[in-house]
Amino acid sequence: MARVVVDVMLKPEILDPQGKAVHGALPRLGFSGVTDVRQGKRFELEVETADEATLAEIEKMAETLLANTVIEDFVVRVEDEASAK
Amino acid sequence: MKIGVVTFPGTLDDVDASRAVTIGGNEAVALWHGDHDLKGVDAVVLPGGFSFGDYLRCGAISRFSPVMTEVIEAAHKGMPVLGICNGFQILTEAHLLPGALIRNDHRKFVCRDQKLRIENNATAWTSAYAKDQEITVVLKNGEGSYVADVETLDMLEGEGRVVARYLDVNPNGSLRDIAGITNERGNVVGLMPHPEHAVEELCGPGTEGLGFFTSLAASVFA
Repeated sequence: MARVVVDVMLKPEILDPQGKAVHGALPRLGFSGVTDVRQGKRFELEVETADEATLAEIEKMAETLLANTVIEDFVVRVEDEASAK
Repeated sequence: MKIGVVTFPGTLDDVDASRAVTIGGNEAVALWHGDHDLKGVDAVVLPGGFSFGDYLRCGAISRFSPVMTEVIEAAHKGMPVLGICNGFQILTEAHLLPGALIRNDHRKFVCRDQKLRIENNATAWTSAYAKDQEITVVLKNGEGSYVADVETLDMLEGEGRVVARYLDVNPNGSLRDIAGITNERGNVVGLMPHPEHAVEELCGPGTEGLGFFTSLAASVFA
C-alpha cells in the first residue's frame, strides 16, 4: 500500500479570505512574526502501488475534481512508506 | 414553454424558482439531479442552495451529477440555461461559464436587497429588460465573489458578456462588480443574486426579478 498526497492551494493572485482570517487571529493570540497565511486543502489517497500509471491517473483526478484549475494549483506527491503507516 | 428546475441534494430555492417560472407564464418541470433525463424541457434553471453541502468546492460535486451530462450537452446545442447563486457556481465548475466564485472578501454571509444594472439584454434570460435597466432583487451568499484572470475579465467586458453588475455596493468583492455573466452564444447565464425571490409584491423587494422568467416567452414571441 502507498499513500499519495495531493496538495491544493489557491493560486497566489486569488484572494484567500480564510487565510486572512487565520492571519488576523494569530497576533490576538500572542503569536507574532507571521507575515501572511494561505489556507489550502490536503487529500490523502491510499492506493495499491504508486506506480507511474497510478500517478498519471491521480493527476487526472486532481485536474478533474480535487482542484479547480481556474483558481487553484495542485501538487501530487508520494508519501514515504514510513510516514504512511 | 417548459422550463426544468433541477433539484440537487441540498438545493434550497427550487420551489421558489418553479414558482417564479409559473408566474412568468411558463410551465415548471421538476428535474432530479440523479436522472439522465431533461423530460423534454425547452430550458433549464439551476437554482440556489448548498448542493452536496458545498463539500470540496461550491458546485464541484453537483457538476458531475447525472442530469448535468444532459444539461451540458443541451447548453452546447443552444438550450437556455440559467444558474442562480449555487447554480452559477455549478455552471463555472462545469466550465459552461468562465471564472469562479470564491468566499466573500469580507468573510461574512451577506443577505440584502441589491441594486443591479442589466447590461446585456440580448441573452435568452434578460430580453424582457431594457438595456442598462436598474433592478433590485435579493442577494444572499457566502461564496459569491466572482473572480477570473484579467484577460478573461477584459474579454467578458469587451464582448458585452457582463449580464448584470452590482450598483451602489459591491456586496462580496466580485471583480469589476460583476453579478452575472453569459457565454458566447448568450444562452447560458450565471447570476449570483436571486431574481426568483423578487417576483411578487407580497414578499421580497418587489417584482423586478420577474423579467428573467418572462424573457424566454418574450424571445419566442418576438
